[in-house]
Amino acid sequence: MQSAFFHFTSTKQPRNMKKYWEIFLVFFKIGAFTFGGGYAMLPLIQSAVVDKKKWLGDKEFIDMLAIAQSMPGPIALNTAIFVGNKRKGVKGSIFSSLGIILPSFITILLLVIVFTQFRDNTVVESVFKGIRPAVVALIFAPLLRMGKNADITWNTIWIPIAVALIVGLLHISPVVIIILAITLGILYHRIIKKIINR
Amino acid sequence: MALAQLYLSMFLAFFKIGLFGFGGGYAMLPLIQQEVVFDNKWITVSEFTDIVAISQTTPGPISFNSATFIGYKATNTSGHGTLASILGAAICTFAVSLPSFGIMTLVVTFFFKFKENRYVLAALYGIKPAVIGLIAAAGIMLINGFNFIDYKSWLIFSVVFLASIKRIDPILLIAIAGLAGFILY
Repeated sequence: MQSAFFHFTSTKQPRNMKKYWEIFLVFFKIGAFTFGGGYAMLPLIQSAVVDKKKWLGDKEFIDMLAIAQSMPGPIALNTAIFVGNKRKGVKGSIFSSLGIILPSFITILLLVIVFTQFRDNTVVESVFKGIRPAVVALIFAPLLRMGKNADITWNTIWIPIAVALIVGLLHISPVVIIILAITLGILYHRIIKKIINR
Repeated sequence: MALAQLYLSMFLAFFKIGLFGFGGGYAMLPLIQQEVVFDNKWITVSEFTDIVAISQTTPGPISFNSATFIGYKATNTSGHGTLASILGAAICTFAVSLPSFGIMTLVVTFFFKFKENRYVLAALYGIKPAVIGLIAAAGIMLINGFNFIDYKSWLIFSVVFLASIKRIDPILLIAIAGLAGFILY
């Protein structure tokens, strides 16, 4: 009994676990050193996963990216899950997810603990009074460029404007918008277009 | 509120955010704001804006960051200790990642079928322009009396907006805005 246990832990387990920890470490490093969220992480993931480790081919990575960014959830997490799963199945994707999540989890946890202590501090409050309008500006600024990249034309520009007003001013839940967008997308491209073309 | 009940409602809210959070980053903000500020009132509008600012200056996607932050903060403000609050943060972070996990596991399994499925493609055509609208909505929802207290706020907004269009680093802009706040207020 003891020897079986010993065999399990000393020879088989460490060799297998090494690959899982390798997956964990790759994504932990990416998670820890990329500021500014998802898209900033992609070049780092590509260089680690495609160029250095060769876990995915170039084309496979690009194809995966197209899908990862159209699915719900942060693109960095979606990419990590895909790569982890390709490499070592579901268990591999658990390790890659933990790797990408833990750095921000630890950072934010430390910050929020400090933040709840100092929030009523007058210096902190005046600093944040300056930061808040800046945050709003940073959200608006990339919209024009994004509109061009998403192929918005004069025929479709009413869609983002309507969504912005309905959600932003009337506070209709974005869940409703997403479900509507999916339904209308399918209706238009699979049915209405066919009828027009007939 | 009983702790277990709070955990359950936080889990459900963040699971929903993970499931319907198309477009990543800023596009998820109206959904997060709707759930945590308007519906459940776990944090205030100003605190929500502060989380966005913190997310822009720390590593990691905004949805993880707000899950961790709000999970801790909401548990803490309802009168529970540090350990219970850390568990709250873990629950929210887990809940927001769970839908991605299920969906991406399906994607790996049916990779090529997904890529060429006409219904998936048609659905994405619908989502793309809506996502741009959601980002604009995120901005509109944050224009209020809590974030814009006087003309100086609008001055900071205009300068940062123009600088950001010129592609100046957002982290630098936030640091400058913080310094401006320290001097002006």
